[in-house]
Amino acid sequence: MQSVLEKNAEQKNEAIIELSKVSTRFGSHVVHDEIDLDVRRAEIFALIGGSGSGKSTLLREMILLHRPDAGSIKVLGNDLGNLRDDEALALRQRWGVMFQHGGLFGSLTVKENIGLPLREHTGLSDTLIDEIAAWKLDMAGLPSEVGAQYPSELSGGMMKRASLARALALDPELLFLDEPTAGLDPVSADGVDQLVLTLRELFGLTIVMITHDLDLLWQVADRVAVLAKGKVQGVGSMSELSKIDNPDIRQFFDGPRGRTAQEQAKEQPQKTPAAEAQPGKPIARPSSKPK
Amino acid sequence: MSAVPTELAAIAQPTPQELALSGCWTSRGIGEVEHQLASVRVPAKTELIADGSLVKALDTAGAWTLQKLLLRLRNEGVTVTMQGLQPQFSRLLEVVAKQVSDQAGTPAPAAIKPPSALERIGRSVASGFEQSVALLSFVGESAVALTGSVTHPARIRWRPILFNIRRTGFDALPIVGLLSFLLGIVVAYQGADQLVKYGANIFVADLVGLSMLREFAPLITAIILAGRSGSAFAAQIGTMTVTEEIDAMRTIGIAPMELLVLPKIIALVIVLPLLTVFADVLGVFGGMLMAQAQLGVTYADFLDRFVKAVSVTAYLVGIGKAPVFGLIIAVVGCFQGFRTKGGADSVGRQTTKSVVQSIFLVIVADALFSVAFSALDL
Repeated sequence: MQSVLEKNAEQKNEAIIELSKVSTRFGSHVVHDEIDLDVRRAEIFALIGGSGSGKSTLLREMILLHRPDAGSIKVLGNDLGNLRDDEALALRQRWGVMFQHGGLFGSLTVKENIGLPLREHTGLSDTLIDEIAAWKLDMAGLPSEVGAQYPSELSGGMMKRASLARALALDPELLFLDEPTAGLDPVSADGVDQLVLTLRELFGLTIVMITHDLDLLWQVADRVAVLAKGKVQGVGSMSELSKIDNPDIRQFFDGPRGRTAQEQAKEQPQKTPAAEAQPGKPIARPSSKPK
Repeated sequence: MSAVPTELAAIAQPTPQELALSGCWTSRGIGEVEHQLASVRVPAKTELIADGSLVKALDTAGAWTLQKLLLRLRNEGVTVTMQGLQPQFSRLLEVVAKQVSDQAGTPAPAAIKPPSALERIGRSVASGFEQSVALLSFVGESAVALTGSVTHPARIRWRPILFNIRRTGFDALPIVGLLSFLLGIVVAYQGADQLVKYGANIFVADLVGLSMLREFAPLITAIILAGRSGSAFAAQIGTMTVTEEIDAMRTIGIAPMELLVLPKIIALVIVLPLLTVFADVLGVFGGMLMAQAQLGVTYADFLDRFVKAVSVTAYLVGIGKAPVFGLIIAVVGCFQGFRTKGGADSVGRQTTKSVVQSIFLVIVADALFSVAFSALDL
């Protein structure tokens, strides 16, 4: 069966996000110093770097929440620097963002949160929106009872999953994940790994994530960019990066955790083919989770 | 996929054995067609061919709607064959198939009936009762904490007390002064018309003096502080509850009662009488200006009459009520802050409640004072 991946193979090198000479300063503190970066179609791209290295700021700049002081950012062919309001609105509907702490609206139930983008931007009936919301909830690996609950009643991990379900509501072409596995138990984190791969396989999604999860980086990410000292220190797959001799990059490989993840990645065939998640099977639900 | 497709989804039935699908079956495209699907009727035992070769785009919402239609037709005994769909679309359709039948299999949760009028009354009485009990126990806790502080004066936290005095008292001087000054003007102005009719101009001093000192000054001060400081207390403590700061404080071994509540209560009990004196002065001053302008009562005459008309008791009655009002405002504000549960929404709700309740309780207390004072002939 031909997959979206193959279909997109010819456009594989098309850049979906292009950053050129992006500089950001907070007062006299330089966060980004002329950063150049490309994210290609249908790839899983990870941004890593120590605390305060400006990963989150870079992500915020890509999703129109923060304006860089200099340089240009192009997302899906739109230059973010000079965008009319209606263009910005149309662009915002083409990406989904999962925030680190969920960013769910406290006054709405989880199901209403997920259905909100659909209610806001489409003319679908309430029944259909509810059904789709329930499915997205299931896709994110949450039991259906959660739909009726309020975000304050959820655990941190569940909030993340609900936030992911909301990010997927409008079938975005581009998905931004801020620390998708931080604070999740290992089983759920494995679920996220699978989910990310399946999404890319099924919808040809391009995924940009910030993560410190070495397993996610080794198993899932196609390319990884290391940010440090305001510059991109290196871009490439984890195995390519592991060969670079740069102290800012080495720290991700030389610690005890880095070594374990690296060894694990060598043992397993890299990147479990997502196609194994059979069509029709609930995607990415951890098997131990009670239904 | 590079541009947002806009062509609407469409469905047609050229012959009874055929369904022709076209357009963009996406969340933006299927709004129209969604309502038509219910009217697609195919007799049972037909071998239907659904032709999807003209479908330009398919997303999860579209696949869901389409799969729902196919499922319904199959349940009605129609054999449906899907053909012509682009490979990635049919793959998506397959993924959806299982989900649709799963959801169709599980009965939708019974809609929760809106509570009847009787149930609503019952619930609000129960929650009102629960809240009153909680408020009483909070007052009790504060009293215990206060006793603890008084017996161990070293535990009193002076710095937050002084900080709160500045925030709630000194910073409130301009607004309290302005409003009581205006109130004095209003009272004198309203009284002037009546007094002129009887030629009793000089009694404007009685009117302004007694009403400001006994009632208006303490009340307006309390209302301003309830809106200004009571709400701030509730919002501060509420946000701290949401961000787990209160829990952190407890685990470190600092009693939130001692650090957050007592300083606020003590500060307001000190500040409110002082602000009332300030309001007294400016209110009477406003009345005096108006008396001069409207009734031609000179400042000297006004003050002369004022001393005779207004006893020290009237002044003390007004000041005496103020600490009680301060206590009410601080306790209600902190209490509502601690009752915050959940997120930003709850902070807003509790803050509103704190203002409404403290103003309500201040006025109730004022009414009780009036009854008590008249029984005591003060």
